[in-house]
Amino acid sequence: MTQHSEKRSVRYFPVKMITVGSLILLLVAMMSSAFKTRNDFTANDEKYHHFNKDSIASVKAFMEVYKVLMSPRCMNCHPSGDVPLQGDNSQLHISSPKRGKDGKGLYAMKCSNCHQPTNIAGLNTPPGHPNWHLPPANMKMVFQGRTPNQLARQLVNPKTNGNKTLARLIAHADDGLVKAGWDPGEGRTVPPLTHAEFKKAWITWINTGAYAPRP
Amino acid sequence: MLTLNINKKTYNVDVDPDTPLLWVLRDTLGLVGTKYGCDIAQCGACTVHLNGETVRSCVTKVSRAAGQKVVTIEGLSANNDHPLQKAWIELDVPQCGYCQSGQLMSAAVLLRENSHPTDQDIDDAMDGNICRCGTYLRIRKAIHLAAEIQRKGPQK
Repeated sequence: MTQHSEKRSVRYFPVKMITVGSLILLLVAMMSSAFKTRNDFTANDEKYHHFNKDSIASVKAFMEVYKVLMSPRCMNCHPSGDVPLQGDNSQLHISSPKRGKDGKGLYAMKCSNCHQPTNIAGLNTPPGHPNWHLPPANMKMVFQGRTPNQLARQLVNPKTNGNKTLARLIAHADDGLVKAGWDPGEGRTVPPLTHAEFKKAWITWINTGAYAPRP
Repeated sequence: MLTLNINKKTYNVDVDPDTPLLWVLRDTLGLVGTKYGCDIAQCGACTVHLNGETVRSCVTKVSRAAGQKVVTIEGLSANNDHPLQKAWIELDVPQCGYCQSGQLMSAAVLLRENSHPTDQDIDDAMDGNICRCGTYLRIRKAIHLAAEIQRKGPQK
């Protein structure tokens, strides 16, 4: 019996192996194909792997975030060039102040020469914050002209987001200069979401996997 | 009561802390070399130095200057002998002159940070100072001359 049983086992072994192997290969192929066609971004952060990934919820949240980031209050200081933008029409800043190496301007045209630590009363006065600046020259963190896909990828990549981990990105929602967007001084519109709504969408986007929308 | 250090002198002023520094300079202390232009930080006529950096004194609350070092056009040099002032006189830069104190204060920061400014550097530094007489070309020329005077050092 023992001998017979071994013979049967040997006889059926290749069939079983081929079947199981094929199933594994099929599964792997399906998984990688799914990732490729979705063109998702996998965040480069160890904490990412503990998040509850949900690409649909993540992309939906990011599209809310995107509306805020592309509003004048955020985009005006993330220009594609070296001159900040200004106003609700995002025109080039009058007097063409330049970014400078540290993002704080050049010579007699530094941000804090006009932008005070607080807002100033009156229309058309410079909005204020103690740390008014653009992103530095070595990491410009451009928002202007970015598609949702491009901006999402840029935001989660430490090489293009100011060396921020996802944990630091979450904390960035409460950065003073970010929040200044919701207190822009007289005559300027605020972003299309409240800060609380923005923060919720921002955290949801990151915690569900920081997926980028389709290109 | 606020204590201000202006042109190396100490002043005690009894003003509202939200008062623009420009008003205190001109109306309270009589330092009228700094001019009132637009009142919204867009013309540069009111430019002074706060701890060595230019600020638009029309939008700078006097409380920001309390305990800090302020320099106005009256304090740019002891005897009107700053390289920029020499160059300005040499090339007869001003026309009406209203914007010129602001121009000089901005140019002084440029020369401190860059002893060999190019035309582009000058444009980058001076773009925020408007001159209705259009003396820009003479200003640019004078800054180049002042840089040269500065590099040569004090003449004996």
